[in-house]
Amino acid sequence: MKNEKNLAPRPGFVLDVDRTSPPVLFHHGDTFKLEKLPAGRSRVIYPPEPLEGLRDPDSAIRHALENPIGESEPLSALLRPDMKLTIAFDDISLPLPPMRRPDIRQRIIEAVLDLAAEAGVDDVHLIAALAIHRRMTEDELRHAVGDRVYDAFAPSGRLYNHDAEDPEGMVVLGETPHGEDVQFSRRAAESDLVVYVNINLVSMDGGHKSTATGLSGYTGLRHHHNVHTMRNSTSFMDQENSELHASNWRMGKVIRDAGVKIFQIETTVNNNTFGRSGPLAVLQKREWEWSARDRASFVAMQKGLNVMPPSARRQIFNSWEAPYEMTSVQAGEVEAVHKVTTENVYQQQIVEVEGQTDILTMGLPYISPYNVNSVMNPILVMCLGLGYFFNMYRGKPLVREGGVVIMSHPTPWEFHSVHHPSYIDFFEQVLADTTDPIEIERKYEKQFAEDEWYIHLYRNSYAYHGVHPFYMWYWGSHALEHLGRVIIVGGDSSAVQRLGFQSASTLSDAFEMASDVVGPQPTITHMKNPPIFLADVK
Amino acid sequence: MISESLSGKRIAITGSTGFLGTAIVEKLLRSIPDCELILIVRPGRRGASHRVAREILRNDAFDRLKADLGSEAFEEMTDKRITAIGGDVSVDGLGLDKQGLAELSTCDIFIHSAASVSFDSPLDQAVEINLLGPVRIAETLKNLQVAPHLVAVSTCYVAGSRRGSAPEEPINESHFYVNVDWRTEVETARRIRMDTESNSRTPEKLLEFRREAEEELGAVGTPALAEKTEQLRTRWVDDRMAEAGVSRASSLGFPDAYAYTKALGEVALAETADSIPMSIVRPAIIEAAVAEPSPGWIRGFRMAEPIIISYARGLLEEFPGIPEGVIDVIPVDLVVSAICAVAARGPIEGSDIIQVASGSSNPLRYGRLVDLVRAWFTENPIYDEYGQPISVPEWSFPGRGRVKKQLERASTMLNRAEKIVGALPVRGRQAEMGARLAERSEQIERAASYVELYGAYAECEAVYELDRLMELWSSLNAEDQQAFCFDPAIVDWDSHIPNVWMPSVVKAGRVPMKPPSKNGESRPERLRRQILSPDRHLAAFDLENTLIASNVVASYAWLASRRLSPRDRLRFVTKTLLEAPTLLALDRKDRSDFLRYFYRRYEGAPVDQIAEDSAEKFSELILAKSFPAAIRRVREHKALGHRTVLITGALDFIVEPFRPLFDDIVCAELGQSNGTYTGEMTAVPPTGEARYQALYDYAQKHGLDLRESIAYADSASDLPMLEAVGFPVAVNPETRLAAIARKRGWLVEDFQKSPGTNRRLLPLAPQQNLNSRQRSAVMP
Repeated sequence: MKNEKNLAPRPGFVLDVDRTSPPVLFHHGDTFKLEKLPAGRSRVIYPPEPLEGLRDPDSAIRHALENPIGESEPLSALLRPDMKLTIAFDDISLPLPPMRRPDIRQRIIEAVLDLAAEAGVDDVHLIAALAIHRRMTEDELRHAVGDRVYDAFAPSGRLYNHDAEDPEGMVVLGETPHGEDVQFSRRAAESDLVVYVNINLVSMDGGHKSTATGLSGYTGLRHHHNVHTMRNSTSFMDQENSELHASNWRMGKVIRDAGVKIFQIETTVNNNTFGRSGPLAVLQKREWEWSARDRASFVAMQKGLNVMPPSARRQIFNSWEAPYEMTSVQAGEVEAVHKVTTENVYQQQIVEVEGQTDILTMGLPYISPYNVNSVMNPILVMCLGLGYFFNMYRGKPLVREGGVVIMSHPTPWEFHSVHHPSYIDFFEQVLADTTDPIEIERKYEKQFAEDEWYIHLYRNSYAYHGVHPFYMWYWGSHALEHLGRVIIVGGDSSAVQRLGFQSASTLSDAFEMASDVVGPQPTITHMKNPPIFLADVK
Repeated sequence: MISESLSGKRIAITGSTGFLGTAIVEKLLRSIPDCELILIVRPGRRGASHRVAREILRNDAFDRLKADLGSEAFEEMTDKRITAIGGDVSVDGLGLDKQGLAELSTCDIFIHSAASVSFDSPLDQAVEINLLGPVRIAETLKNLQVAPHLVAVSTCYVAGSRRGSAPEEPINESHFYVNVDWRTEVETARRIRMDTESNSRTPEKLLEFRREAEEELGAVGTPALAEKTEQLRTRWVDDRMAEAGVSRASSLGFPDAYAYTKALGEVALAETADSIPMSIVRPAIIEAAVAEPSPGWIRGFRMAEPIIISYARGLLEEFPGIPEGVIDVIPVDLVVSAICAVAARGPIEGSDIIQVASGSSNPLRYGRLVDLVRAWFTENPIYDEYGQPISVPEWSFPGRGRVKKQLERASTMLNRAEKIVGALPVRGRQAEMGARLAERSEQIERAASYVELYGAYAECEAVYELDRLMELWSSLNAEDQQAFCFDPAIVDWDSHIPNVWMPSVVKAGRVPMKPPSKNGESRPERLRRQILSPDRHLAAFDLENTLIASNVVASYAWLASRRLSPRDRLRFVTKTLLEAPTLLALDRKDRSDFLRYFYRRYEGAPVDQIAEDSAEKFSELILAKSFPAAIRRVREHKALGHRTVLITGALDFIVEPFRPLFDDIVCAELGQSNGTYTGEMTAVPPTGEARYQALYDYAQKHGLDLRESIAYADSASDLPMLEAVGFPVAVNPETRLAAIARKRGWLVEDFQKSPGTNRRLLPLAPQQNLNSRQRSAVMP
């Protein structure tokens, strides 16, 4: 155990559950459960172990900037004193959970700014490319770019959050052959060079999506953030079969043809979410390998969490920073760079799985991309389970058509009134009327998207855009269409009902309820996620 | 024949707007084809004719006549036969003008049925109407030098509280009569009124009323408090006068001021009538009709009804009385017929006193009555607010003292609970509980007052003799006996009570006799639908505790602490918390004084910096503590095309971020000089009556109708604004407003913070990164 770090990381693993298998750990919001799965017909998918991080990330970054991939000159050759330079970077939704300092963005931005300073570039803007996500707070920006960069740029107004509703700040660059408007940040469009700083956590991130989505607004997003696109992305994690990906790539071409020069810097991280040692390390170990100490620390943690008020639990988990390590960095032309990045993501995350299952179970953790330092509300529970986890596949979905997804999460009827005001109204008004994505899109989307008050809160406070909860719901629309039933275990039953799902108090009750749909003796697959993996289903 | 002898007569009537009077008018119009009626009514604001048309002829007593004649012919008939003249028996000369006097001088018969029948009316009022009324009528007629037959309606209870038989004789001839001079009684009653009025105006008393008003309403502003204070003073005077009446009555052996003044009225009339021939008709307790004008007809909520309803609501668990005792109830149509018969017969020599009662010939035993009522309400229960049937208690007929004690105990306990809840700083649902307690204790108090007032009647063991009544009865021919029935023996209590009386009691009491239907919309739903109708004009919102769970102190604390070092923060918290009780007390007393005092803290604060910090504060404090449902409501109003306006005592820079939510914002503003705030407001802040004024001015300016407008507020100090609009909404009301809203049937909304929000005692701004920003001492 002492030289654990020196062992080569093991690939992902599919465990066939037999009678001797120990109970499996389920994430359950900000608590955990140990569940026994039926022997003989259940399997558990474990993510690969964390890859080794780069030994010297900073020199790797410098190396990447000077040795670009694809049709691109080195960054230093692209910089001139009189130019307009814009550095855009991923927002608070990446990585998850937030990583320990120094953040990858800080390392890269500092390196880029060093080169810019050497070249005598004065006109530099830094933009958090958050599309219609909430604005990042000062603390969050400091965490991402570092205090030095923040103090040098923020007070003079050269480091700021993207504002997709600023009528002066947005332009439409053109239309794709499919008739999609390409909306873009005016500052970025008018820059001589846009440097994009990316952290690629899952295979959906990065590439043209970084800019075509991150620096866009409702006018552009509505063309691919909709039910049609999501139902035709099987899955949106699989670039070959993702309509979302295709649309972003079409838009990327329009951006390039409009003369916007983009120097893309992409990075990958390993999946060392909870640390190889430390208080949460047990969460990324396989149960049959738990030591006596692991067991003791897990029991103590669970006991402790159970007696805490929910707000205290939330605070503890919100303060967890992952010890992610950078596993690769590549820079240059967008598409060439992204090809390499995707390979690196797959290397960490792919697990080969043989065949589909009747029932897919998942323990949903306390965090999703949209509740960092916030509250995981019921809509985000739906989106994390049916949008993200369900779509973590290549080839075929893990669960067969007409099968059942069982998610474990407390699903409290709770909302963050600053971050998610339109979610509250979406939940109280829209979902009370219908849960059908098509109907929701048709009847309510425009009204929420153009609502003056939501726009005011998005621009001036820290609110997700009025239309954002709709996108959360669309994210799950492929799963909703594919599945025969969705059951949430241990959730607030009125909130679960509002989502249109069934509520079960225990996992065995949920299996009982699922048998109406999939018959007796169904096959069961459990995703032991996080840490994240991508199932390659044969 | 009665109709023949009354035919063509002109009959003057007082008290025609009352229960008995209306029935007399109806009977005379219907059964005596060509008599004419002169109705003497208090003219009110719109004149005697208007009152006759509205308050008498529209009563359902006339439905039968209208159906028989058709409404046009009915109107024609009443126009022809009824003359309305303005007058008042509590004024010398009956308050008649020349024309009135001229009309009166033509009458052949005068039926006096006006009375102050309330058992707890102020002493002087009962004296003026019941005692002096008949005397004034006699005097007026004598002055006019006419002598119509005066038929005065009195009451059996002039016999006083006694056991055994009470004959139809003048009371001063009775063996039990305590001889007092009625003129002295009149004078003393008037003097007591003067004294009580003076006592109510002593500085101590006025201060007490003022305090009580403040306690009830809070800091609503001077005009509203003054109105309430005066209301409390007059109520106090009336209560003292009612007490004076009850105690004077019982000192002379009467159950209440009504019987006492009626008795002296009879004596006084006999003494002053001289040439005026007169008859006195003494009914017992007049109740619902047996047959005419319709079975069960009743006007107003009378003596037995409130008791019966209180019982059916489960409030009166006991009522004093003796099961074998007699409740002397007489249906109104029998009394009317007896009066007609007396009028038709005309005056006779010597004293002419006729009692109309059921006790001697057809007694209704108290125990029997209770059994019948209980059986009826067991089968036809009243429903409570949750839609459950209320089961009625079984009475054990204890003495009056025991019942009173029991009710007093309940009332004391409820009052104590109410006080405790009222003193707690609770809102919303808990405050609703307080409001419910208040309602319950009011009901108990009312029940107690019934026991106090009517207990004597249930315990009365006098038997009213009917010799003269029966003599009159046997003198009638069969036709008259058919058309003008007043034989008490014809009432079959066992069928009359369940089939006729009780249904009319619940109808008059408007009590819910079936559970609220599940499909139909509930009351709040209906109110909400009315509020969210495109017909409305304006929706006005308060800020604190209506839209957000925060206040000016919290905003200040946040802004002031934003740039403090940890040590200074601690000092700041301690100081603010120590000051909290003073601030709270000041706020309770007068909102605008509090704001004026509190806002001085902003003196010297740099305007730019406050503006910058306010934007952060909006997210960190205001939005975090907002009620999403309330904000949604504002938006709903806006979407419906209503104008939305925020009216608040908070400062402009605090509410600035709310601007997109409202069409307009009316708020407090601080003066500025050299880029800093002066700490003084530029105008009176919109609180209390100033808030009403702001709303009124706003509506005027934009041509909006306040009756078609909605106001949302949380506290009794917002009453002036809430009362000004057609659709007031109490949001998370504190106890006082909860009680008021419940009483007046206002919509109460329970808007909550989004679940998952943290609670903090004093909200401080998150620590600023000090190495990056210039920290400056902002505020003292």
